Amino acid sequence: MIDIIIGHYNYWIVILLMMAGFYTVINRGNLIKKIAGLNIFQTSVFLLYISIGYVNEGTTPIIAEGFTRYANPLPHVLILTAIVVGVSTTALGLALVVRIKRAYGTIEEDEIHDKDMSL
Amino acid sequence: MSDQHLLLLAVFTPFAGALAIVLFRHWPNLRETVTLVTAAAVCLIVVTVFMRFSSDTLIAIDIAEPLPGLAIRFEVESLGMLFALVASVLWLVTSIYAIGYMRKHDEKNQTRFYAMFAIAIGCTLGIALAGNLFTLFLWYEMLTISTYPLVAHAGNKKARRGARTYLSILLGTSIGLLLPAILITYTITGSLDFQEGGILAGKLDPAWAGLLYALFIFGIGKAAVMPFHRWLPAAMVAPTPVSALLHAVAVVKAGVFTVLKVTIYIFGTDFITSSGANDWLIWFAGATILLASLIAMVQDNLKLRLAYSTISQLSYIVLGALLATNMGLLGGALHITMHAFAKITLFFAAGAILITTDKSNISDMGGLGRAMPVTFTAFLIGSLSIIGLPPFGGMWSKWYLGMGMVETGQWLLLAVLLFSSLLNIAYLLPVPVRGFFGKAKDGTEYVQIKEAPISCLLAMVFTSLASIVLFFYPGPFYELALDASGAR
Amino acid sequence: MIEQNLCLLLVVIPLIAAPVTAMLPAGRSPWLFTLVITWLCFALSIWQLTIVLDGSTISYELGGWAPPWGIEYHIDALNAFVALIVSGIAAITLPYALRTVEKEIQLQETSLFYALFLLCLVGLLGIAQTGDVFNLFVFLEISSLSSYVLIAMGKQRRALTAAYQYLIMGSIGATFLLIGIGLIYAETGTLNMQDLHQRLQPILDHRTVHTGFVFMVVGIALKLALFPLHLWLPNAYKYSPSAISVFLSATATKVAVYIMLRMVFTVFSTSFLKITHTEFIFLILGAFGVIVASMAAIVQHDLKRILAYSSIAQISYMVLGMGFASTLGITATVVHVFNHALMKGALFMAAGAIVYRVGSSRFENIYGIGRQMPWTFAAIFVSGLSLIGIPGTAGFISKWYFMLAALEQQAWLIAFVILLGSLLSVVYMWKIFEALFFHRLACTAPPVTEAPLSMMLPMWTLVLANIYFGINTELTVGVAETAVRLLGVTAYHE
Repeated sequence: MIDIIIGHYNYWIVILLMMAGFYTVINRGNLIKKIAGLNIFQTSVFLLYISIGYVNEGTTPIIAEGFTRYANPLPHVLILTAIVVGVSTTALGLALVVRIKRAYGTIEEDEIHDKDMSL
Repeated sequence: MSDQHLLLLAVFTPFAGALAIVLFRHWPNLRETVTLVTAAAVCLIVVTVFMRFSSDTLIAIDIAEPLPGLAIRFEVESLGMLFALVASVLWLVTSIYAIGYMRKHDEKNQTRFYAMFAIAIGCTLGIALAGNLFTLFLWYEMLTISTYPLVAHAGNKKARRGARTYLSILLGTSIGLLLPAILITYTITGSLDFQEGGILAGKLDPAWAGLLYALFIFGIGKAAVMPFHRWLPAAMVAPTPVSALLHAVAVVKAGVFTVLKVTIYIFGTDFITSSGANDWLIWFAGATILLASLIAMVQDNLKLRLAYSTISQLSYIVLGALLATNMGLLGGALHITMHAFAKITLFFAAGAILITTDKSNISDMGGLGRAMPVTFTAFLIGSLSIIGLPPFGGMWSKWYLGMGMVETGQWLLLAVLLFSSLLNIAYLLPVPVRGFFGKAKDGTEYVQIKEAPISCLLAMVFTSLASIVLFFYPGPFYELALDASGAR
Repeated sequence: MIEQNLCLLLVVIPLIAAPVTAMLPAGRSPWLFTLVITWLCFALSIWQLTIVLDGSTISYELGGWAPPWGIEYHIDALNAFVALIVSGIAAITLPYALRTVEKEIQLQETSLFYALFLLCLVGLLGIAQTGDVFNLFVFLEISSLSSYVLIAMGKQRRALTAAYQYLIMGSIGATFLLIGIGLIYAETGTLNMQDLHQRLQPILDHRTVHTGFVFMVVGIALKLALFPLHLWLPNAYKYSPSAISVFLSATATKVAVYIMLRMVFTVFSTSFLKITHTEFIFLILGAFGVIVASMAAIVQHDLKRILAYSSIAQISYMVLGMGFASTLGITATVVHVFNHALMKGALFMAAGAIVYRVGSSRFENIYGIGRQMPWTFAAIFVSGLSLIGIPGTAGFISKWYFMLAALEQQAWLIAFVILLGSLLSVVYMWKIFEALFFHRLACTAPPVTEAPLSMMLPMWTLVLANIYFGINTELTVGVAETAVRLLGVTAYHE
């Protein structure tokens, strides 16, 4: 039992972050908070990738004298790409929020909804 | 001109005509000439095909193959030839009628009318000359679509509502019932070809045959078997030439034609009788005959009365098909011709009355016969043909239908047939009788003769004379029907 | 030399063209440049299709790195077909876009607009071409991000919230896909689709594999707008600029269908589908999608919204085809990907033409407009008939195959749903026809003229294509059958 928790602590953290982020996206009405939640959600996925890339007793994946075991560099590369994607998404989302604020005067989801319905 | 290309010409000339009609829309006289010329040309082409046709030669042409094994195929066989002849001859006649009607009534959007009319006839010929069930279904749907603007022609709320009923019932039955029936047939047999003796025998468990047959019969909504008949009276909002040609001749006959084709060439009469597929369907047809006649009797609007009469008469043909005997099929096929000529006369007369006097209810037409003798005489002749009395063509089809019922021992149905003939008398004869001998409701005295426009009269006279001629010389139609029904 | 690098060129050319376009001065030149690029891509994709039409495949190693370590582009008939559809729609949208973009996008933003269009094209083509799952994710995000921006460039302010909602939901979907990829990678150590297929076979019963599969399917389903994850679509299609509605409706969701096909059938294999009973989920959600979306379409008051809900219904048909997991079913899906692109492209083009002239697509503003714009109305009519599935049109071919697939498996309920969907589409299409043609003119409407030629020609090309591919199905059915064979799907056996 302990082994399941301690041995897989990385997965537990991932799950925690993922659910926190996802919940924020769904529950929060503020548009910026939604983006923040999305970010947390995506970060948890990054952690997932990187943590599974670890090889037991492997060292950093740079060829060096005396080392035969290296951690897997591929997930790192993938996550760099994914981080870029995440950053672009965040930037885009925030730009949209700025425009929405300019157009609606508010960034609360329910107020925007009311403004759309009243027209 | 090779025979095969004549088939293509027959189907596609009306479309070319429609195009020309649209091009000439700013010159009404030229436009009307195009209609007449196209109709005459198509008539000529179909008659030429008939001359070259015989039951041992095969005239067929494939023009495309959208689905593997299913080509768009045109082929002539006896039943299709019969239908094509009826449709093309009556198109010419109706065009002549329509010109007088549309001008006298000062209808709007006449170009749209003539163009869609031509397209609808093209689709009808496509159905008549279809070489397999797939092609038939294609033109069947096209016919529904192309007649929609004709039904909704007036553009007002009433017309749109009627057109909506028309479309929803026809598309509903064709997509909801006919298409699955076709698909099931294809899945079972791997083909949709028309073959003597049918393609289902031996491939379909007889227990399911009845269900599949029912899917077909009810799916072919154009045959107006109850309860899918409401589109016919709803379509009466259309101008009378539309009602005359399409709903007395082309659309409804396409429906019963499809029923006959499916019965003879997809199921095969032997398979139907051996599997008992028709056992309970016969009663739907019989009920339709009776109920429609009864409803017709209480209609005051002349076109509605004729519409219900058509529903009743169509079920005669469906019944002939369902009996699945040679005599029954012969009667049904022959009735396509006889009913077409008779009913179109009645509709022509109704339209003539409408545009000359603006009357559409029978109770207003007392004494009108004295002012419009030609119209009412034509109506009388048409009625007598429908009732089935000699010396009118309608007698032959009723005769063979009756023989078919005797042959199969369906005494109850024979009684239905005879009783409905009596009902025919009850709802058709009062019109000319009251017209000639009755008195107008508002006391008008009809002394002068004020008839319909000459082209309308010409059309009426032609079709009513044809009804008489067909009694003495049913020649080509009889031969073709004989061929198709296998009663030779 | 070109032929060797053909599959890569399809992606690289628009990729390089995009920043170039952004630097061009505003006005006609970005449009012209983009037009040339899209036509070039279309020509290249036709060339590519002719090579793989007979069932052969192209295998291309990026940068000379051998798979499975390097990224590989593995092109078979299905890839080439999707690439053809995407580039073809892009090519036909560009001439159409000239006028609508001039009217809807501010002048100084046009270069950026076309640059983003090219980026979206890069993303979609990249998805079609690639043979590596992570590469697919990256391209998916490229296309999604650019489409978020393109949608947000619509004139009304609701375009912004529509884009935002699409962004949130789309990113969640893409992230789910990423999780799925991660889990599968953890189990197999490879990202190459062909290699994954080999390595997954012995471990198909692992829970991680199942979890990865679920995440992937849900993620793709979000992009696909599969019921009930379709909420972003109606607003996104309605408020985006006309040219973008055309382009996205005809390509974006179809490419997502392709991703689903590739993942489920190539990477995971048909047997996995049956083991996990995922096909039932596809069938159930597809059936619900057809009914719910069609019914929602019927009660709409806006032309573009009806078309958007109709798209959701049509996509549900494609998912139904996948649920059948048989040769006939997948053939139906692939054929419908093509046919739907034609139908919806034409319909949205016509809607865009109406918006161009009238300024709105709400029924209350466009009643009776069909009488003043007869050619546009005729285009809507014919494409509408294709959507309903009248024989003689492309839509009928798709419907025929779907029904055959259902009848083959004696799935009577699904067959009934397919027919019901058709009947419902008759209702909402006829609502459109009546409103546009027979209704009294909207009182607020000043008289309008027919759509300009630059919009009419692409519209009618698509309309005529609908009819052509309804009669000559050699290309569509032929490619679909080859593609299905290569996907490893077998005919249904009892």
